[in-house]
Amino acid sequence: MAIDTTAPEAPLGAAPPPAAPAPHRPVWLQQNVLTAIVLAVAGFALGHWAGNRIAGGYPNVAGASGENEVAICLSLGLGVLGWLLGIGALNYPIAKMFGREAIQEPYNPSWTRFFKFSTDHKVVGVQYFFGVITFFFTAGLLAMAIRTELLYPTNHLIGPGTYIEIVGEHGTMMMMMASSAVVGPLGNYLVPLMIGARRTAFPRIEATSFWLFTAGYLVILTALPFGGFPTGWTGYAPLQTQASGGMDSYLVGFAVIGLGMILAGFNLIATIIHYRAPGMTWARVPVFVWSILATSALLALATPTLVTAGLFGILDRTAQTAFYVNERGGSSFLWENLFWFFGHPEVYIMALPGFGIVAEILPVFTRKPVFAYRVATAGMFGVALLSFFVWQHHLFQSGINPDMRPLYMLTTELISIPTGFIYLVTLGTLWRARIRFEVPMLFALGMLFNFLIGGVTGVFLSDVPVDVTVHGSFFVMAHFHYTIMGGLIFALFAGIYYWTPKVTGRQFDQRLGKIHFWCMFVFFNCTFFPLFILGLLGMPRRVFTYAANLQFLNDFSSVSAYLLGTSFLIFVANFIWTIVIEPRPAPANPWGSLGLEWQTPTPVPYYNFERIPVVMNDPYHYAEADADPVADISLPPPAVAMNRPPAAQAIEP
Amino acid sequence: MAETNGSSSPPTGTTGSGTPEPPHAKRMITFWLIISLVVDVLYYTLAGPHMPPGDMTSAASGAQFDLNILMICALPVILGVWTYLGYALYNFREGRPGTLLTGPMAHGNFRLQVGWMVGTTVLVLGLFVFGTAELIIPAGAGGGEGPDPIWTPTSHTVLPIQVIGQQWKWTYRYPTYGGFETTSLVIPDNTTIAFHVTSLDVIHDFWAYQLGIKADANPQQDNVAFTTTHQLGQFTVRCDELCGLWHGAMYGFGHVVTKAAFAAWATRTEAQLAANTKLLPPFQWTYVPDANGADGGYYPDNVDPYSKVEIYGAQKAKV
Ligand code: HEM
Ligand SMILES: [Cu+2]
Ligand SMILES: [Cu+2]
Repeated sequence: MAIDTTAPEAPLGAAPPPAAPAPHRPVWLQQNVLTAIVLAVAGFALGHWAGNRIAGGYPNVAGASGENEVAICLSLGLGVLGWLLGIGALNYPIAKMFGREAIQEPYNPSWTRFFKFSTDHKVVGVQYFFGVITFFFTAGLLAMAIRTELLYPTNHLIGPGTYIEIVGEHGTMMMMMASSAVVGPLGNYLVPLMIGARRTAFPRIEATSFWLFTAGYLVILTALPFGGFPTGWTGYAPLQTQASGGMDSYLVGFAVIGLGMILAGFNLIATIIHYRAPGMTWARVPVFVWSILATSALLALATPTLVTAGLFGILDRTAQTAFYVNERGGSSFLWENLFWFFGHPEVYIMALPGFGIVAEILPVFTRKPVFAYRVATAGMFGVALLSFFVWQHHLFQSGINPDMRPLYMLTTELISIPTGFIYLVTLGTLWRARIRFEVPMLFALGMLFNFLIGGVTGVFLSDVPVDVTVHGSFFVMAHFHYTIMGGLIFALFAGIYYWTPKVTGRQFDQRLGKIHFWCMFVFFNCTFFPLFILGLLGMPRRVFTYAANLQFLNDFSSVSAYLLGTSFLIFVANFIWTIVIEPRPAPANPWGSLGLEWQTPTPVPYYNFERIPVVMNDPYHYAEADADPVADISLPPPAVAMNRPPAAQAIEP
Repeated sequence: MAETNGSSSPPTGTTGSGTPEPPHAKRMITFWLIISLVVDVLYYTLAGPHMPPGDMTSAASGAQFDLNILMICALPVILGVWTYLGYALYNFREGRPGTLLTGPMAHGNFRLQVGWMVGTTVLVLGLFVFGTAELIIPAGAGGGEGPDPIWTPTSHTVLPIQVIGQQWKWTYRYPTYGGFETTSLVIPDNTTIAFHVTSLDVIHDFWAYQLGIKADANPQQDNVAFTTTHQLGQFTVRCDELCGLWHGAMYGFGHVVTKAAFAAWATRTEAQLAANTKLLPPFQWTYVPDANGADGGYYPDNVDPYSKVEIYGAQKAKV
């Protein structure tokens, strides 16, 4: 069992890792991403063979274009299983099942650890970072293709078939990526450091969640060779039931990613509840950790619905059940309900971590405490709770329970109250502060600007009469891109610029960082703001043709999208140049943060803290000369210095 | 929401040089009130009457009014945050003389917090009451109300029109004119219309933009949306729910014509299509999906393409 019964107060032995009695594996038997690929391919082939043996003779399980759905689903499923076996994610449970001691690999300090099954939360965090970036750029390229097709109202550069594939693939990949975009890299890396823990509660589960995430990426990519899926990321039945092989990749992919999300959520919940250092009372837990706790609760509670709904879909397509088949007693409404019962909490999975990053970063660059800390936590949990009661607002025009629309209008609008708390907190923190416009701060402010527009337009959507006009149109597209791209992704980049010096000991070029911010901010708004107007003018989503008079706005958006895409190249260049090729050493605490994570040595040692710290204060007492230190570790010098107000700026007694 | 920003008295502090702190809150609120008023008035007079979806029907003008009211509430909120951000970022930036606040105000402010919560709650509940009234009074505001709507129009002469979605076209049946089916959508002026939207395969969504009508077309479901026409002219029809390959091409136009012109058109078309109508399945509110449709070919063509059930589009079994 992964449960560690050691109370946090009784720290484990000091670093390096405890001498495990488990036997070691010779190098040539060690597992890594290569063995994972080999077993995944083997599993895929086996599944294909078995599927054709089992169901080859039945025309009923042949999809529209004749391939055998059972073979596709089995090959994807066994491929994922092979991937997990190959990377070694299942070694421990399998060994235990046979009553044996699991083979344990020695701690591996070399770069190869990033290509292996690692139970170090810092390695998993970095792995997730590269995973998320890969996911993001792949789906981003597809977005460029979408905008290219929309350059002309009726000329088709791509054509409807490919277009519909690309739209679905883009949306699904982005949603999969965004669900883990912050929780994966920053949540796993930072939460233990911020709460004074040596590891997360279930390191093997944590690592498995990452390898499921990568498996999900590969599975959703297989949709392209299987002919894509025509349903967009929402996967509505009966179109789902009708679709060909790519739909299986969608259903299996979401189920696999979903399992990873559930595991990641459980691990972080248990870690935050049980692994806080002595003195880390709930009132001292950093806001970012609160946001991860709320997000993890949503991950653990909402995602099972997605996985189950996906399994129903797989059964409908293979075993000929009729969950979503109207003519045989099922209901296409069932999918819509299940999907959005997950789908709305999911959108807050993609919002709360962004709130957390911004609220965490603002105090550092304003030298002020978080304004109304309790309101911030109340806001995040209020949002998380309410998000389970609003899903029907995606179905206002569907004809499902039409008399309930006022109720869902109410609950949806109520959600903007706790969301507003976040604005009270962040704006209050700026009040009479000493604001430093460093790169992370710029991204955090950009998030506040964009998310405001995203949130306010959400209230428009929740008003049923207005939703009659804008539902299913580009207005909805603009709304959620403002909240996810403008909110979460801006916050993610704030976090990347802010914590990279901690993670790598290296610092980005700040000028390039600022150029990146301004390009991304300007072109983001130029890309997505016109979409609100297009939606109001009657352009539906996911179409390859539109009215000729809408061409100017579409072209404006497309050109801005190319520039937005280019702005990420600045980031990539900055990363490669100043972090990898010509590393620029970062000061120990470049922003002068009081956070516990900055008080560990850089690079963070395997066991994080030599001794579990005793926490004495929350990390937001900037500019308070007489405040207690955060923990009984000595602060790196710059933080101490910056913690004292300059003499010229005396503080009132 | 932003009005609560300064509702508490600004904390009195002094800058390092000893000059009294300027009345930040007062300045901001004044600026914000003026600019909100100006922008709201400009919006309502200049943009308001032209906002989509126009005023061709009761549902459309209702949606337009609703959109305008929401804009009038939303603009001050956005302007409030922008004002605050602009002011704070300029005045409280590093390098400008100013104090660091370490008093109780820095950690929170009870009156401000309560004021903010009360303010946002009042705004939100107000919007809810308004939105609900705007939904119920105009009989569902043009949105799909399911098979048995509880909010219905007061008019006694309602013209029912069935809208049938299928991959990838719209057809319309006029039950009060013998149930003929056509691909052109013609409706009379000054008439309350009940659109009965359904589908033969996957989910589509009937969006008659200028009419302010939007309702999902679900297989084996009758989804009703009401509106009353007020103006003559052409309107756009698009499919608003992804329905597969040619979803983007489910794009067409309809016409609102005078009552007399409509009656003439309908009787003429009924007569012209009489032979076709006989081959169609009898008019029903919903139809069992086509054998080759949504079911994804579960009933392969060679087995029994047209089952014994009355299927839309089926030829009558030849005995
Ligand atoms: C004040 C908060 C918000 C409100 C009131 C709100 C309201 C709504 C409503 C009513 C819809 C349905 C529109 C329709 O399809 O007709 C919607 C769609 C959507 N919202 Fe929000 N929203 C809010 C915040 C967010 C946030 C924070 C996110 C994500 C981070 C988000 C992501 C989405 C997405 C992805 C969709 C569209 C899904 C789809 O159809 O593909 N929203 N929102
Ligand atoms: Cu939602
Ligand atoms: Cu469609």
